[in-house]
Amino acid sequence: MKKKKIISFVIVILVISVLTVLLQKLLMPKYMTQIVEGALTKEYYYEKNKDHDVIFIGDCEVYENFSPITLWEEYGITSYIRGGAQQLVWHSYYLLEDTLKYEKPDVVVFSVLAMMYNEPQREAYNRMNIDGMPLSLTKLRMAKASMMPEEDLITYAFPLLRFHSRWKELSGEDFRYWFKRDQISHNGYLMRVDVKPVGRLPSPRLLDDYMFGDKAYEYLDKITELCKKNGIELVLIKAPSLYPHWYEEWDQQMVDYAEKNGLLYINMLDDLDEIGLDFEKDTYDAGLHLNLSGAEKASKYFGRILQSRFNIPDKRNDEKLKAIWQEKADYYYKMEQEQYEELEKYGYLLKFNMKRNEENNIKP
Amino acid sequence: MEELLRILEELHPEIDFNTHEHLIDDKILDSFDIVTLIAEINDEFDVSIPAHEIVPENFNSAKALYSLIERLKDED
Amino acid sequence: MLFTSYSFILFLCVLISLYYLIPKRLQWKLLLLGSFVFYFFSGWSNLLYILATIVSTYFIGLKIDELNRKQADYLKENKEKLTKEEKKLYKEKIKAKQWSWLLACLFFNLGILAVVKYTNFAIANINSVLSIFRMTELSFVNIILPMGISFYTFKTMGYIIDVYRGKYEPERNIGKLALFVSFFPQLVQGPISRYDDLAQTLYQEHSFEPKTFSFGFQRVLWGYFKKLVIADRIVAAVLTITRNPEKYDGIYVLVGMVFYAIQLYADFTGGIDITIGVSQMLGIEVKENFIRPYFSKSIEEYWRRWHITMGTWFRDYIFYPLSVCKPMLNLSRFSRNHFGDKIGKRIPVYTATLVVWFTTGIWHGSSWNFIVWGLLNGIIILISQELQPLYEKFHQKVKIGDTFGFRLFRIGRTFLLMSSLRILDCYRDVGISFKMFFSMFAKPDLKPLIDGSLLKLGLDMADYIVLIAGVILLVSFSLIQRKGSVREMLSAKPAVLRYSIYIVLFFTVLVFGAYGIGFDSNQFIYNQF
Repeated sequence: MKKKKIISFVIVILVISVLTVLLQKLLMPKYMTQIVEGALTKEYYYEKNKDHDVIFIGDCEVYENFSPITLWEEYGITSYIRGGAQQLVWHSYYLLEDTLKYEKPDVVVFSVLAMMYNEPQREAYNRMNIDGMPLSLTKLRMAKASMMPEEDLITYAFPLLRFHSRWKELSGEDFRYWFKRDQISHNGYLMRVDVKPVGRLPSPRLLDDYMFGDKAYEYLDKITELCKKNGIELVLIKAPSLYPHWYEEWDQQMVDYAEKNGLLYINMLDDLDEIGLDFEKDTYDAGLHLNLSGAEKASKYFGRILQSRFNIPDKRNDEKLKAIWQEKADYYYKMEQEQYEELEKYGYLLKFNMKRNEENNIKP
Repeated sequence: MEELLRILEELHPEIDFNTHEHLIDDKILDSFDIVTLIAEINDEFDVSIPAHEIVPENFNSAKALYSLIERLKDED
Repeated sequence: MLFTSYSFILFLCVLISLYYLIPKRLQWKLLLLGSFVFYFFSGWSNLLYILATIVSTYFIGLKIDELNRKQADYLKENKEKLTKEEKKLYKEKIKAKQWSWLLACLFFNLGILAVVKYTNFAIANINSVLSIFRMTELSFVNIILPMGISFYTFKTMGYIIDVYRGKYEPERNIGKLALFVSFFPQLVQGPISRYDDLAQTLYQEHSFEPKTFSFGFQRVLWGYFKKLVIADRIVAAVLTITRNPEKYDGIYVLVGMVFYAIQLYADFTGGIDITIGVSQMLGIEVKENFIRPYFSKSIEEYWRRWHITMGTWFRDYIFYPLSVCKPMLNLSRFSRNHFGDKIGKRIPVYTATLVVWFTTGIWHGSSWNFIVWGLLNGIIILISQELQPLYEKFHQKVKIGDTFGFRLFRIGRTFLLMSSLRILDCYRDVGISFKMFFSMFAKPDLKPLIDGSLLKLGLDMADYIVLIAGVILLVSFSLIQRKGSVREMLSAKPAVLRYSIYIVLFFTVLVFGAYGIGFDSNQFIYNQF
C-alpha cells in the first residue's frame, strides 16, 4: 500500500513537471517575427560550433552593425555576436560569463553605448536578454542584477509564472515554434537590407550629468576583470550609429577608461569616411542602425583592426571550418536575396511589419 | 417550572417545551428570544442571568434553563 | 507577506518541511517563530503593536487569575469566621478589582486599535464641524494600519474576557499565548478564533498524516483558485464601475453590485480556505468561517453563515452582555411600566442590535459608509423580525409552502438585498452610494448588457469565459457540498480520476490565475480591516 502511494506520488510529480515544461514552451513568446531580436540570446545555444576568435557583446549597435560572415569572408576570423535588445552592461557581463562556459575567444568586443544606462529600463528587454539562457546560477544572478522593482526572481527560473496570461494571445506562431525555432540571425547578426536615409537628426539634449553611473562602471570593471582573468583581449567600441547621440564627454570617459586599463577603444564615429559609410544608403532606420551594406562596410573596417592588432590568424584554409562557414554564408546570401525580392514585391520587409501585413492582408 | 414554561410558550406557542431538548441547536430560540427570556426571568424569578451563562447547554431545554435559574438563586 | 506572493509560498514550503522534521515538542515554537517572521515581513514596526497586545493581555490574564486564587485561599482560611454577607462582600471586592484589570486591558488594546484606525476619521469629522465655524482645520496624521490588527485584537480581547468570566484559566506560557495571538495563517484576515477552540490543537504535537495533509493542500489549492482566477480577475471591472460613478450608473450599478458580490465571496472565502488549508497541512484544526452564505434565505440567516466568527464574537461579547446587563434590564422594566409591554420588551433588543451593528460597521472600516452599512443591516434585521408574524399570516392564507421555487426566490432576494447594502462598501461616500442605488431604478436601460459595453470594463471575452466557468464551478461545488465534504467524496473515487482533477486544478490556477506583471497584485479585501 505504501509502495503504491509512493509510486503514484512520483507519477503525479512527473506528469506535473512534463505538463509544466510543455505549457511553458507553448506560452513563452517566440520572437520569430516583428521583434526577432528577442530570439537572439537563445539562438547562440543552438550553435553547433561554439569556438570563435571573437565574441561581441552589447546592444543593437553590435547585432545590427557587424556581420560575422563578412569578417570570415574578408579576414578568416570566426566570430559570434551575443547581442540583445537594449542589452545593458550587466546583461553583457553575465552573457559573457555564460559564454565562457562554452568557449574561450581571443578577443571580446564590448559596445559602450549601454554605459549611458545605470538602471534597468524595461521589463520586456530583461525578458528578451535573459529568458533565452539555460537555467543556471549565472542566469539568476543576471536576472537579479537586471530586475525592475515589480519583477520577481522566480519568474526567471520558471518563466511560465510570467507568461501564463499569454493563453489569451496564443497564435499560430506559438504552436508552429512550440519545439523548434527558425534561425533568425547569422551568428548573432540580424540582417536588414531595406534603406531609410538619415533625415534631420534631433539636436542632442543637454544633460545634467555626463558621468556614467556607478552600476554601469561596476559591471564594465567586472567585464574587464573577467577578460583579464581568462587572458582575453577586451576591445571597447562605439559603433557608427548616429543616434542616440554619443556625447564628447562620454567619449572622453571611455578614452580615459581604456587608457587606465590598457584596452583598445575605437570610436567608429570618428572614422566614418574611412569606413566609407553613406547614411543616405547604409541605414534602414534613419541612422539608428546600419543595414546590410552598412554592416558589411563596418565589418571590413573593424576586421582589419582586429587582424592587425591582435594577430588573429586567417582560418579560411581550415577545411572543417570552411565547410561550416560555407553553409552559413549560403544561408546569409539566400536571406539577402529573399529580402531584396520581398522589397521589390511589397516595398517593405514582411517579417518586421506585421501590422502592415494585416492591413494589406498578406500572410508571410 | 410552571412559570418558566408559561414564559417560553408565550414566545413560541407552537413548541412543546416539556419535551424539546434542542432549542438552540434547532434554532428555535434566536438571540432576540434569549434576551427577551432573560428579561422576563429577571422579573419573575428575580434572577439575573449573566452573559457568560448564555451557552447552548443552558438554553437547549426548559429543564436545563430551570436548573440554571435554581443554581443562580443558590449562589446569591 | 501576502498569501498570493511568491515569498509566502516559499515561506510555507520551508516552514512545513521543518515542522515535520524537527522534534515534535518544538513544533509550536517553530510556528511562533514562523508567525513572527511572517509578521516581520509586513513591516517590522507592526511587531511592536502585536507585542504590546500580547504582553499586556498576558500579564492582565495572570493578574485576574491571581485574584481568583487569593479569593479562594482567603475564603478557605476564613471559612468559619466569615458570615455569608461578609463572604459576598469580599467576593464583590475581588470582582471589582478584576473588572478594573479587564477594563484596563480593553482600554489599552482597543485604544491602540482605535488610535491607528480611527484617528484620521475622527479628524475628518472634526474638520467638517470646524469648517462650519470657519476655523482652521486639523491636519491628518500618517499612521499605517498594522496588518490584521482588527483580527488579532478581537481574538485577544475575547480571550481576556473569557478569562475574566472564568471560562478558562489564563495561559501561563507567554510564548504559547503569543502563538495563539499571532498564528500566521489567521493574521491577515481571521477567522477570529476562540482560545478554547484553537489553543490545544496549536500546542499539540502533530505527526505527518498523509490524508489530513493532502486535504489541507487541496483546500489551499481551491482557495487560490477562488482568489486568483476569480476575485483578482473580476476586480478590474468592479473598480472601473465603482471608481467612475458619473459614467457608470443605472444598470452598471447592478452589474457592479453582482460582480462585487462575486469578488468579495471569492476573495474572502478563498483566503479563509487558504488559512484553514494551511493550518490543516500543519495538523491544526481551525473552525469554519463560512457556510455557503449566498444560499441564505434571510438576512438574519446570512449573518449566521457569513464571517461566522465575527458574528458570534459580536453576539457573545457585545450583544448579550449589553442586552442582559442590569441597567438595561432596569430600563426595560421601567419602560414596560410606562410605555406598555410591547415597547418595554423591545428596548434591550433594539438598543443592543443597533450598538452591535454600529460597531460591526465601524470595525469594517473607518468611514461613514461602513457605519451606515452596519446600521442598515441592523435595521433590516429588526424590521424583518417585526414583520415575521405578518409573513406567517400571509403564508397561512396563501399556501405557497416550502417549494423549491419559493426557496429560490428567497435566496435571490437575500442575495440582492445584501449586494445592495454592499454598494456602500464600493463608492467613495454615502451620498454617491445612495445616488447610485437609486439610479438603478431611475435609468432602467438594459442596453449596456448586450451592446458590448461590458467588454470595456477591463475584462475581455476570454476573461468573461473564464469567470463564467469559474462561477459555475463555485456554485456546483457549493451544491455538492450540501451533501457533505467534497474532498471526502473525491477520495472515494479512483485514484486516476482524483489526481487528474487535482492536476487540472493546479494548472488552472497557474495559467488562468490573474497574477504577476500585467495584473495588479490585489491585497485581500479584508486585510486592512
